[in-house]
Amino acid sequence: MIQTDILIIGAGPTGLFTVFEAGLLKLKCHLIDSLPQAGGQCSEIYPKKPIYDIPAYPEILAGDLTDRLMDQIEPFKPGFTLGESAETIEKQEDGSFIVTTNRGTKHQAPIIAIAGGLGVFEPRKPPVENLSNFEDNGVEYIIKDPEFYRGKDVVISGGGDSALDWAYFLANGVANKVSLVHRRNSFRGHLDSVQKVMDMADDGKLNLITEAEVIGVSGNGALNEVLIKHKTQGEIKMPTNHWVPLFGLSPKLGPIANWGLNISKNSIEVDTFDYSTNVDGIYAIGDVNTYPGKLKLILCGFHEATLMVQSAFAKIHPDKKNVLKYTTVNGVNGF
Amino acid sequence: MEDNIIKVTVIDREGVAHELEAPTDMSMNMMEVCKSYELPVEGTCGGMAMCASCHMYIESDNELPEKSDEEEDMLDEAFFVDDEKSRLGCQLHIAPELDNLVVKLAPVGE
Repeated sequence: MIQTDILIIGAGPTGLFTVFEAGLLKLKCHLIDSLPQAGGQCSEIYPKKPIYDIPAYPEILAGDLTDRLMDQIEPFKPGFTLGESAETIEKQEDGSFIVTTNRGTKHQAPIIAIAGGLGVFEPRKPPVENLSNFEDNGVEYIIKDPEFYRGKDVVISGGGDSALDWAYFLANGVANKVSLVHRRNSFRGHLDSVQKVMDMADDGKLNLITEAEVIGVSGNGALNEVLIKHKTQGEIKMPTNHWVPLFGLSPKLGPIANWGLNISKNSIEVDTFDYSTNVDGIYAIGDVNTYPGKLKLILCGFHEATLMVQSAFAKIHPDKKNVLKYTTVNGVNGF
Repeated sequence: MEDNIIKVTVIDREGVAHELEAPTDMSMNMMEVCKSYELPVEGTCGGMAMCASCHMYIESDNELPEKSDEEEDMLDEAFFVDDEKSRLGCQLHIAPELDNLVVKLAPVGE
């Protein structure tokens, strides 16, 4: 069991900065994030986009902001559980909480700070009838282990980098036959990824079907055929045991919605005094919360995190006095 | 059109038409206008043409600016796309030529 003072759910900018402010008060933090890397939306959706409203940075790339935050919190040695999403929470007799992830990792802390942003990033599922019947029975939204496809026939859908890169990788001696189905003639992925796939298609090593989409799945228990609708050729039936639709990720509030917190419009209601929720010991900061006048800005998340850890300190150490210390006076003392 | 205000109609997913007023001098786009009227448009990425959660169909014959490559690419990855009518609301900047625009919100997938 992982034990810490503040368990932060969500490793986006707000969650990361919480570690710094908590660290100044000698409180240890551990972060859980469903993505395999820290940074939240900044690293997942727009790492190469500039942000202009971070004080003292006229312009900073979202990916660089993440890197700088990681540097800033390094002295406080936060723990990370990445690639797992917080699923259940149980209140213990001593007032602490145990949070368990979808993979069963358990974390215990007296304070929970939900900095979950827009929620858990999940694969976007195409609107195909009966799709759910074949999930993990031939339809996979994520390629976890390419070896799984060795010697098999695979249909991949999508036009972004992950579709292109996996199509190229699997067609390169892993799968028996790879078909890439895409709605248009052009691709969104990097030029060299596109070129590699085009070259493979020309060599007959990859079956490229453009101006087409998969509109149906069928099989007896397990997938054995997809139905492809082509713009000019009409419907094509293609036998396959695997269809991998790769249409990116979209965020959902997820299991946190069932934690007994007051929710309005997909956000957690908080008291702006200390960003506490209706459950004693659970706070919500950053884009995930809502209150009158709320603005979903990174800089507001930083402010909320700073006030929240003061309240958390008082809860963890009810007898200790705490005064605000300026980092310019004594510097940053890590653990 | 008067005082930098245009009228647009947004048909929600239940088929209800909402007549909205949108200012042309606030550098807003259709996604933001929908959100400001609390219509069910997510706008997850904040308007960078990176998520398609503001996908809508153009139902009027207004002359609209051409799609950028980013918008075309994102629509490629979206669902329920109608090649003739689909646009991303965040890429439709509120301007006089959008006066009397009629849009319909695209369905949201699972």
